[in-house]
Amino acid sequence: MSAAQWRRAMNGGLAGAAARPRPASPPAVAAPVAEDPYADSDAPRWLKYLWRTLSARHVFTAALLLLLPFVASPFLTYQVAAQALIFGLIALSLSFLAGYGGMVSLAQLTVAGIAGYAVAVLGSSGTATSLGWPWWVVLPFALIIATLCATLIGWLSVRTDGIYTIMITLAIGVAFYYLVLQNYTVFNGFQGFQKVYPPLVLGINWRDPMPFYFMALFWALAGYFFIKWLVRTPFGIALQGIRDNPRRMNSLGFSVIAHRVAAYAVAGVLAGIGGILLVWYNGLITPGSVGTGWMINVLVIAVLGGMKHPIGAFLGAVVFILLQTFAIDVIDRERFNLVIGGVFLAIVLFSPDGLLGLWAKLRSRFGPNQVLTSTPTRRQP
Amino acid sequence: MSKGQRLATWLLVGGPIAVFSVWALVDNPRLYLVTLLNSLTLASLYFIVASGFTLVFGLMRNVNLAHGSLYLLGGYVGYVVARETGWWIIALAAGFLAAAVAGLLIQVLILRRMQGEDLRQTMVTIGLSIVIADFLLWIFTGQVYQMEAPEWLQGPIRGIPLIKAYSAYRLSLLGFGIAIGLFLWWLLNRTRVGTMIRAGVDDRAMLAAAGVNVNLVFAVTFMLGAGLAGFGGVIGAVELSMVPGEDTRLLLASLIVVIVGGMGSVVGAAIGAAILGLAETYGLAYAPTYSVVFTFVILIGVLAFRPRGIMGKAA
Repeated sequence: MSAAQWRRAMNGGLAGAAARPRPASPPAVAAPVAEDPYADSDAPRWLKYLWRTLSARHVFTAALLLLLPFVASPFLTYQVAAQALIFGLIALSLSFLAGYGGMVSLAQLTVAGIAGYAVAVLGSSGTATSLGWPWWVVLPFALIIATLCATLIGWLSVRTDGIYTIMITLAIGVAFYYLVLQNYTVFNGFQGFQKVYPPLVLGINWRDPMPFYFMALFWALAGYFFIKWLVRTPFGIALQGIRDNPRRMNSLGFSVIAHRVAAYAVAGVLAGIGGILLVWYNGLITPGSVGTGWMINVLVIAVLGGMKHPIGAFLGAVVFILLQTFAIDVIDRERFNLVIGGVFLAIVLFSPDGLLGLWAKLRSRFGPNQVLTSTPTRRQP
Repeated sequence: MSKGQRLATWLLVGGPIAVFSVWALVDNPRLYLVTLLNSLTLASLYFIVASGFTLVFGLMRNVNLAHGSLYLLGGYVGYVVARETGWWIIALAAGFLAAAVAGLLIQVLILRRMQGEDLRQTMVTIGLSIVIADFLLWIFTGQVYQMEAPEWLQGPIRGIPLIKAYSAYRLSLLGFGIAIGLFLWWLLNRTRVGTMIRAGVDDRAMLAAAGVNVNLVFAVTFMLGAGLAGFGGVIGAVELSMVPGEDTRLLLASLIVVIVGGMGSVVGAAIGAAILGLAETYGLAYAPTYSVVFTFVILIGVLAFRPRGIMGKAA
């Protein structure tokens, strides 16, 4: 982002904060207000907004997402699409932290795992130690616990910055893995919890591929649009400012630590939702689901897609899940890690901005000159 | 920190430990002392592995998350060499060399291309750790390998007061740890390369400006750090055992050691390793299900009060 753009964005954020002390100032404050070509027509505001922003690819993607379960096999719907949406949501929480906050936290899967374990421990499962609370108590509790843990992790790791974050969050994540592995009284050790199923609500079995897909789709879209909205609020703009120059933001009167911890909390909510969906998707949770392998896989997904735009996380997840599902037909199942490690290495080595970066490169070479990513900066993800 | 504060810290941290020690000594002196020896020997293994990690980090600001994989690589190579030649000492050297060469290749071929991009380097090492771990799994499968100690270190040493008997090999670990520590001290404080490394830790740009070939210093340090991981791998292969997953365990140990001890400081690595070894082993001996929690509490405590670790300096 150029200096001039910055100043404009910062001033917008500051002015918005000063003029409207209400916590929820509308996103339009920070967003650059474009000339409204439909100002004279009397359509409702949201319709005009849609008309301005929608383009063919949006309609196409929406149609694809909505129609997919009706045309694809249940296997594709459940194993590929729903799984990709869930991992996309968890990776989105990481790419929000990393791309907009500059903090690469490997503990996002741990937060998701905490939510999953909370669902399994508090709700009902095949294990006797589960408390068996009703789902409408369990779910808020699980989310609150996950968010609190995420905040704590954030509070711990923002005390140090940059490269240290990755180490500390990795250490926290692995420590959680060993905790659930060794603890039998609460977490049931190595076996974990089996038969953790979504509840029957409104007479629909949410475990069936189609309802589950739409549930995952709903939350993934909610997370995606929430992040898209959030990064244009004064909070989001300030967070990006802190990513680029914490010292300057500090002297401008922004609390660097508070913003960072808040970002962790927000990411924790997303990861928590993802974790609840994940435990329902798998139907079980074991220490293996929160081990280093999957912690790193979430990072792989985020990096694969690109961290400069929220869509990257979902893009990466689709590619990752497709590779995971179909690569074993081509190569030995055992060698999947080699493939994914190799792909990850290649992406980091040759296209640091992931698939989004590749796309942007292709566009700038062949297409009209446009900026694809929402936050073009010099920084690496 | 004022004198009073320091005293308060010592009382707050040392008090409960002292009370516990007195109780444990009265309750079962043998268990207490054996656990003490166990923890110190484990700590020296951690120190050997983590000192390489901290050396690399201190100089290059590069978190080498493939360190655990290099540890495992050294262990496997050492195992094969020991099986073929029957000489444990040669296995030690081979483990060190294999990991050092792997480290050199990583540094020269990959990391050098992205000098100064800390985060990208770290991600590359994550990718490498996945690939190396999978290669090792491919070649050696998931089988558990246990290396035999050399004959002169097999069997227990008897006749120690109170403890009665203790494994000679475990005791030798303590010796290895101290020897490596002394070697590193000598290398860093008494040689020309060490001077350069220390200067690089303090100010890389200035070192380069002074006409030193920084790339060479980086390569040597990375080699040494990776080699120490491999060396630890051979030692650990006898004591622990080699199986996929050990790489993560040692990586976690190294991470905690350097976070607690302070990154880039060899003394800090020694302190951190001692703390981690003590916490883990005493935790396992006296409260088995919660040993990880102790480690975690220590990590939180140190981070909360000394975010840069005990011996860490501000970056």
